[in-house]
Amino acid sequence: MFRTRSIQSSLSFKDKILSIDYILVISIFILGLVSILAMYSTDGGKFDYHTKSHILRFFVFFGMFIFLSFIQIRFWHSQSYLIYILFFILLLGVKYFGLTSSGSKRWLDLYFMNLQPSELMKIGLILFLAKYYHRISIENINQIKYLFLPIVVLIAPVILVSTQPDLGTALLIAAGGLTVAWLAGVRVKFFAFSGLAFIALLPIAISFLKPYQKSRILTFLNPERDPLGAGYQIIQSKIAIGSGGFFGKGFLQGSQSYLDYLPEKHTDFIFTLFSEEFGFFGSLFILFLYAIIVWRLVKIGNLTRSNFGKLYCYSFATAFFIYVVVNMMMVLGLLPIVGSPLPIMSYGGSSMMAIMLGLGIAMSCKVYKDTPVN
Amino acid sequence: MLSPSSGNTIIKSKLISRRMFLLTAAKAVVMVGIVGRLVSLQINERTKYKTLSDKNRFREWKLAPERGVIRDFFDQEIASNQQVYQVHLIPENSKDIERLFVRLKTILNITDKRLFILKKIIAKQKPWEPIIVSDNITWSEFSRLNLFLHELEGVKPVVSVARMYPDNSSAHILGYVSQVSTKDLQNKKYLKDLHVPGMSIGKTGLERKLDQEIIGKIGFQRYEVNAYGKRIKQIQINQGQAGKSFKTTLDYEVQKYTNELLKDKAAAVCVMDVYNGDIISLVSSPTFDPNQFVHGLDKDYWDSLIKNEMRPLTNKAISGLYPPGSTIKTLVALSALENGIIKPLDTFTCKGKIELYGEKFHCWEKDGHGIVNLRKGIQRSCDVYFYEVARKLGVDRLSRTAKKFGLGKKVLNGLIEERSGVVPNTKWKKKFIGQNWYLGETLHSGIGQGYFQSTPLQLCLMTAQLANGGFKIQPRILLDDKKNNLKDYLKYKNENPNDPLPTDLLLSNFDLQPLFKNQEHINLVKDAMYASSNEPGGTSYRHRFENKKFTFAGKTGSSQVKRFTEAQREAEVKQENLPYKDRDHALFVAFAPYQDPKYAISVLVEHGGSGGKAAAPIAKKVIKKVLDRHELRQTINNLIGENV
Repeated sequence: MFRTRSIQSSLSFKDKILSIDYILVISIFILGLVSILAMYSTDGGKFDYHTKSHILRFFVFFGMFIFLSFIQIRFWHSQSYLIYILFFILLLGVKYFGLTSSGSKRWLDLYFMNLQPSELMKIGLILFLAKYYHRISIENINQIKYLFLPIVVLIAPVILVSTQPDLGTALLIAAGGLTVAWLAGVRVKFFAFSGLAFIALLPIAISFLKPYQKSRILTFLNPERDPLGAGYQIIQSKIAIGSGGFFGKGFLQGSQSYLDYLPEKHTDFIFTLFSEEFGFFGSLFILFLYAIIVWRLVKIGNLTRSNFGKLYCYSFATAFFIYVVVNMMMVLGLLPIVGSPLPIMSYGGSSMMAIMLGLGIAMSCKVYKDTPVN
Repeated sequence: MLSPSSGNTIIKSKLISRRMFLLTAAKAVVMVGIVGRLVSLQINERTKYKTLSDKNRFREWKLAPERGVIRDFFDQEIASNQQVYQVHLIPENSKDIERLFVRLKTILNITDKRLFILKKIIAKQKPWEPIIVSDNITWSEFSRLNLFLHELEGVKPVVSVARMYPDNSSAHILGYVSQVSTKDLQNKKYLKDLHVPGMSIGKTGLERKLDQEIIGKIGFQRYEVNAYGKRIKQIQINQGQAGKSFKTTLDYEVQKYTNELLKDKAAAVCVMDVYNGDIISLVSSPTFDPNQFVHGLDKDYWDSLIKNEMRPLTNKAISGLYPPGSTIKTLVALSALENGIIKPLDTFTCKGKIELYGEKFHCWEKDGHGIVNLRKGIQRSCDVYFYEVARKLGVDRLSRTAKKFGLGKKVLNGLIEERSGVVPNTKWKKKFIGQNWYLGETLHSGIGQGYFQSTPLQLCLMTAQLANGGFKIQPRILLDDKKNNLKDYLKYKNENPNDPLPTDLLLSNFDLQPLFKNQEHINLVKDAMYASSNEPGGTSYRHRFENKKFTFAGKTGSSQVKRFTEAQREAEVKQENLPYKDRDHALFVAFAPYQDPKYAISVLVEHGGSGGKAAAPIAKKVIKKVLDRHELRQTINNLIGENV
């Protein structure tokens, strides 16, 4: 105990500042600026509502991220369960007090913003499981009784979220949780069995799907099925991206988005807009920024000494990567349309908040990389 | 609190790193997949998607071009354009088409049938393509429409231009325009890229012949539209090109005058410049109102045209086929002279009829003309004389001369209405009727009956070519800048009356095509025609002009519709007493002035009885009118560089 304390106290403010991962911070900042440009473009080249509010959110949550970076890793570790529980309560709150918009109940009205707790749960679940697997010994990991709690904490929010209904976010929450379990050493066999079980349950699950969800999946399999209805989004998105060519149509020149052919251009289809205006090289640039972010997160995981830190950073890096690629594959027509925002780029306060929270915790792992947790 | 041993921690940490490595490898694979997809969409298929994006982005609306106008020789517009008020509808802009139609019906005069057609059109075309609800509404309807426009979403009042014919006199030769039909689109290649809803195309006459050039080039407006079909901005506009305008050789004043003369008759008149073949007038009667065809034809009007037994829709001047009757006698005489069959002073005795091959051949003069030579034969139109001449000449030689003078083939080109007629000969009969030629038929041919079929235009051309001294001319109705060799030749001859050059050489120098072997023969025929019109006993003597300026030389004719029976002949039944449908067609051909021929004319009056009574008086009036306007025409001819 004493040793820990001495390491802690030996970290001066200057040391803390210096130990921040600047490559990560700068990459995120650049991505933020790019996202502001993209948002400006979705507003039709005007400094309008979406742009203003996106700028505000980005800077507020970016500040939060820097601030959170200096919070002791031990705090995150010790409060992990509590944070999970808090987020879970918020999710329950959505169920009873949530705001309904376009048929789904996802938001809590906090007066200053509409909070989407399912986004926060993405981080909450990773935190919970990172702590859980940090604490149980390696021999116990694959024992059935120790699998029980993770399954419960994973399934509970997933069910809550998918009944909002928000299948996309539910799957992404699950993906984060499964990543932690996988990294912690849960046997491949377990994943294989649950995969098989999932496939076996699929027909039943499908019968629970809402008609629009079914049609989305069918549409993904054949977008031309209903080009003006369910297939419209994906067809228009592909047209927008494809027509961007090598160098794009130019900033503010994306006719697909500017003429409203592109649906959800602020949120899920922001990459499409960017790709249309900046072309193949612009898309590569975005991919490159995301790759750097993921790389730095993994690097932090390598540096941090605690298994909690490692589990968290690796899992968050992987989850972050999954969010990015799921969104991209969706707009590129490689996955069915499930609502999933592109981290940092997409318009949406809760998503931005959740990602910045996740990054802040990861950065805290960097700043306090030598601090043991237990 | 669990307190994992440090060894345990390290093993765990290694496990985590190992598994993370696997995940990183998986990420790399996914990354490559995404980049691959981007390459395929943005690089390999960029052209396809660019096209699709432009297809989204741009919409084109076609603009109908303004049709070129047709003018007469004096630059009067005889087929012009007029402003019309129209109602267009863009279906996608209307929220409730059914209700809109109900509302429109209260404002405009739309029939249920029209509504049914409109709905069918709407179902067929793209929702943003406008349809024309009504293409010619009155000003009061138009202003009422504008008043209620705010409650008629999708409706667009449009001021447009449409074809307008100032008068009916030239309806046949000009033709008319009407809506494009499916058949037109199939048959006419030039319409393929040209089709705009509501566009009219030429269906008959010159409108049809000139359609491809007169129709103009289509314009378009290209707009950028958003996903909701709203026009964001105009990207490109191309007004198209108004069609080419054409100038004809027609004289509108003469057209109107002639049309008035022919009122209530089934008749046709054709007037031609004998030197350059300019058609001054080409009128067919009764006429019709071509304006009725422009904006969708009224069924009652159509029925009245179709049921009229005077066939107002037929252009009798170029598609009416009539036996030339006695007018052919000019050519029979010429042919006989040219072939050396007769001498001008050879005589035959006419006793009113002859009997040959066991058949009786009657002269129209029951009591006979007595001793008849060529001049008298033409002057009096003695049938017996020409039976004898034709018998000696034979039908094949006659047909050669007739064809040379333009009978039996189309005179103008490109007018689908025009018919070629028939100049019979032995070969023709074998081929088309499958029988041998009977000698008796030669005699019928000699007086222009039997198989002979010709149009008034052909007879006019024949007369013109006699009048100009026997030179071939190419009739024209559209003014072009073709050089007129005949006029140059005559000018040269007037200026150098004693030119030593032989005639052959002179003719070839001027690239002329003489239709004679000896021009004297032509002059003999012309002289006989003069006698026919201006000397007592001539068949049109009653209608002569004393004034030298107007004196014409002509030839009457009547073409038999129904054979005159022996009984009728015995009873001396007059043409006037026959039922209308059985009366002969009256024909008259002439040229004027006799001393210095300028114009040739042919007149046909269906079932008019005899040429001298029904056709010659009309010709007389028209000749006067045309010659009165000669000076005026000449000034224009001089302006465009033709002078005689």
